[in-house]
Amino acid sequence: MATQAMFRIWRGDAGGGKLYDYNTPVDEGMVVLDAIHRIQAEQAPDLAVRWNCKAGKCGSCSAEINGMPKLMCMTRLSDLNLDMPVIVEPMHAFPPIRDLVTDVSWNFRAKKTIKKFKPRPPDAPDGTWRMQQADVDRVQEFRKCIECFLCQDVCHVLREHHKHDEFIGPRHLVYAAALQMHPLDTEDRIPDLKHKHGIGYCNITTCCRQVCPEFITITENAIIPLKERVVDQFFDPLKRFLRIL
Amino acid sequence: MECTVLSLLLDSGRIAGAFGYDREKGHFILWSAKSIVVATGGIGRAFKITSNSWEYTGDGHALAYRAGAELLDMEFVQFHPTGMVWPISVQGILVTEGVRGEGGVLRNSEGRRFMFDDIPELYKEQTADSEEEGWRYTQGDKNARRPPELLTRDHVARCINREVKAGRGSPHGGVYLDIAWIKDRIKDGAEHIKRKLPSMYHQFKQLAEIDITQVPMEVGPTTHYMMGGIRVDGDTQASSVPGLYAAGEAAAGLHGANRLGGNSLSDLLVFGRRAGQFAAAFAKENGAAAVDQSQVDATAKAALKPFDIGPSGENPYQIQYELQEFMQALVGIVRVESEMQDAAERVTKLRTKSERAGIANHRQYNNGWHTAMDLPNLLDVSEAITRAALMRKESRGAQFREDYPNKDAEWGKYNIVVRRGADGEIVTEKRPVQPLPAELKQVIEEMK
Repeated sequence: MATQAMFRIWRGDAGGGKLYDYNTPVDEGMVVLDAIHRIQAEQAPDLAVRWNCKAGKCGSCSAEINGMPKLMCMTRLSDLNLDMPVIVEPMHAFPPIRDLVTDVSWNFRAKKTIKKFKPRPPDAPDGTWRMQQADVDRVQEFRKCIECFLCQDVCHVLREHHKHDEFIGPRHLVYAAALQMHPLDTEDRIPDLKHKHGIGYCNITTCCRQVCPEFITITENAIIPLKERVVDQFFDPLKRFLRIL
Repeated sequence: MECTVLSLLLDSGRIAGAFGYDREKGHFILWSAKSIVVATGGIGRAFKITSNSWEYTGDGHALAYRAGAELLDMEFVQFHPTGMVWPISVQGILVTEGVRGEGGVLRNSEGRRFMFDDIPELYKEQTADSEEEGWRYTQGDKNARRPPELLTRDHVARCINREVKAGRGSPHGGVYLDIAWIKDRIKDGAEHIKRKLPSMYHQFKQLAEIDITQVPMEVGPTTHYMMGGIRVDGDTQASSVPGLYAAGEAAAGLHGANRLGGNSLSDLLVFGRRAGQFAAAFAKENGAAAVDQSQVDATAKAALKPFDIGPSGENPYQIQYELQEFMQALVGIVRVESEMQDAAERVTKLRTKSERAGIANHRQYNNGWHTAMDLPNLLDVSEAITRAALMRKESRGAQFREDYPNKDAEWGKYNIVVRRGADGEIVTEKRPVQPLPAELKQVIEEMK
């Protein structure tokens, strides 16, 4: 393995910025976040980076490494070509705060627009419910989300077209799916998904699923079933016919 | 919003508010408050190898200490026996006790289950004397006794430490934790492991490219939990400063000298709620306190000092690394008088150095500045840990002293309190352990 590597890091703020080169020693077993920390400690103490657990569980250190949305703590240097500069940029879909830190607060506001969990009354007198294991398994995957927002970052509807006001993005479609498919839930989120949350904007290119560090099958298991429910409720020709009658 | 508190404000001895900054903009924030609950967690970042995140810099401990609150049991730092040791990017990350609970065993480089070699007299009765019995325990046999791998965390951590020091460690300076072997005992063993330990399976698969259903893990001790903290009343969570409450890891007392696995969560649920209730009641019963602008100004001035010094000053990251290095080496799992004296002197020197910490650029999301602001807290808790550990001349719970390897019944009658003296100096004193309330005594009797 190389003992030196070049990191080309975007530095700047809401007013703009550019890439700066940092040459730093690297050791076996390091991830990109380790290299960023070393650059911070030795060359650029004011370099801004948000991080926390360093184990792919908190979703704080999202960035774009050689153009790909990734967690810096889960990107091993041994998987990168260190003969070339490693380009590290902040996520593009959100406004920059400083250097690698972006303002992801839009996500928290968008999440609040989704109708909350509304369980049916308890099944038993002691206040407990009964569920089928298969129904529990279906939503379990969605609960792995760590809210790193890499799926939001890669999604062209947000990234290229900036439809933040009309489309909640893959993360929140996963969240809506987790609630909608919950075996105890009684709320109907389908009209909101169609009208307010812009599910129709998603044209299932699976980019989000490909960048998910928790390997949630976002497109196939969350978004497509929701799209099917929207179609079922709003575009079923037989139902339309029956409504006319 | 990401915020950091720099000081607790007082009005004639009681809480009046807090002063700090937000990371995003670097703006100062003043909170007026009739009461405050400290819930800042632990101090793991004072050590080099830790399972804790960067935030665990002992802020709450140090803020309360500087506001005049007493700290208790600061010598008791828990080192969890099993953290990851390789690759370096994940050094210290926790490997759950559940691995051993499911039948995982510890072996040295010679393949020996070394935990059978050192079972403390006190636990002999409750510990399996054969591998077979230990295995039956992990599979739910109520008649079997627990395997020695599940002895208290301090003991297992020390045994691992000893194996590594004796040259019987794994290639990256740990020992082996093997769960893969249970495939010999369980049909579809690999699937069983994945089902029982899904997060551990993924953690090693993703972070270390190791399939734990096939090969052993490499593990070693990691700084995990602080038993010591702000001295609080057992019922109300009130500290010795009126209006200041503490909950969770920042508070002391509940876990004595050594926390048992799982007890932190129940601590939070029960005493976190109580802290909130009693803090709210205090706020209702007491009017607003006045914020003393001079305290705010002094804190702001100190906070901006690194910018006045500028980039030619001391590098805050290097100061933090230096502290972590020697705390790990000198006040770690195995302690001895001379080394801790050395550490205490180094803390003092490092404090002087940290006052010359300098930072370039402005306050907006400046990690260097944040690190500089963490230093006084790290230094305060490190000094408290070292002083208390020096004072307790015995081994008990998480504190092991090579020069006093045994428990001393006399010392069992005392807690150590650390507080700030009138001239800002650190004071450590012995305080008799509070007697158990009668109703709790009764509960314990009934459980016997």
